[in-house]
Amino acid sequence: MPSLKQIKRRITSVKSTQQITRAMKMVAAAKLRRAQENIIKARPYSFKLRDLIKDLSGRCDRSQHPLLAVRDTKEIGVVVVTADRGFCGSFNTNIIKRAVKEIESFEEIDPTIQMMTIGKKGSDYFKKRGYNVLQEHNQLFNDLHFGVATAIGESLIDFYVQEKLDRIYLIYNEFKSAIQQNIVVEQLLPIVPEESEEEECGIDFLYEPDALTVLSNILPLYINMQMWRVFLESNAAEHGARMTAMENATNNAIELIDSLTLQYNKARQSKITTELLEVVSGAEGMK
Amino acid sequence: MANTYQLDIVTPEGLVFSEPIEHLRAPGIEGSFGVLVGHTPFMTSLTIGKVDLMQNNKQRALATSGGFIEVNPDRAVILAETAEFVEDIDLDRAEAALQRAKDRIEGKQLDTDLNRAQVSLGRAVNRISIARMTR
Repeated sequence: MPSLKQIKRRITSVKSTQQITRAMKMVAAAKLRRAQENIIKARPYSFKLRDLIKDLSGRCDRSQHPLLAVRDTKEIGVVVVTADRGFCGSFNTNIIKRAVKEIESFEEIDPTIQMMTIGKKGSDYFKKRGYNVLQEHNQLFNDLHFGVATAIGESLIDFYVQEKLDRIYLIYNEFKSAIQQNIVVEQLLPIVPEESEEEECGIDFLYEPDALTVLSNILPLYINMQMWRVFLESNAAEHGARMTAMENATNNAIELIDSLTLQYNKARQSKITTELLEVVSGAEGMK
Repeated sequence: MANTYQLDIVTPEGLVFSEPIEHLRAPGIEGSFGVLVGHTPFMTSLTIGKVDLMQNNKQRALATSGGFIEVNPDRAVILAETAEFVEDIDLDRAEAALQRAKDRIEGKQLDTDLNRAQVSLGRAVNRISIARMTR
């Protein structure tokens, strides 16, 4: 049985932990709201772009464009998006586990795996374990803007066009709701255009200079937009995960404080009882 | 009103504009062009430049830095990397960007991406000149 003083000390320490987790939860909730707004704002652009590509790729020969053409796969690029910081439950562990599993499944065709890690947690993990890390980007969620996505998107396109990478996958957390994240594995390059369901509508579009040129301008933008969307998703998912994790931690702390307080009171009570007994038996002996 | 059409301007950071307008002039990759209602379906890339639009007989100007436009007889959509109305341009920021781009081009370190520096130079010059011209 720990002494009264020890229990008292534990209660204080759990209380201050609880204060920290509660504050972190609030911060995460505020950041989550902003991240969610950003996703909603980015949606119209991304939908419009996808429609355009669907239309355009139906109008010209796919194999003519390097970003659409499929090559023999010798080098696979894997882009893993994690968070920079912990304290968000199983957010980072899950994505890393999934990435490792995917990489193992690629190894059946025996390509070279090159990684690009976004987020400090992923960078640390994969570098420590001797994976080929081509590029790492840390701390970019602190100041997230479209330029960041463009820079990374362009360097991926460069790797692909120069045939340093023959296929590029993205592994990231998709934001479902504040309490739910989905891990998504997606092929980024070569681009797989969605088939348009309805057949060519009759309207003849005028392209200036021509459809293929417009397409080759629009595809890099599409890649950048994809990266941007992925960053926003992952960012929102991270804050969601952190909020839930901190909520749980706060609740656990409350429970712990309750049970410790009970223990403290019991110990105090039994101490008083013992003292009383001593007094009474002492008085008895005096008679 | 029969002589207006719907114009949407979207950027990755949100919807900038979505209202009916009468006329639009945009910097196409093969030259500047105008769009009135009933234009034939048309699509092209935009360069860095200025978009003028006429709404209720009032002219408004935006600075864009490249993107696409899709025109249909009754609506037009501009997908731009950035688009700012003149009154929203942050002149100080643009000047700082200009200085940064100049430094990068002149500094010519080995790892400088000259193309990118030139593009950002162009963007900054565009913003500044549009802001000065119309203010």
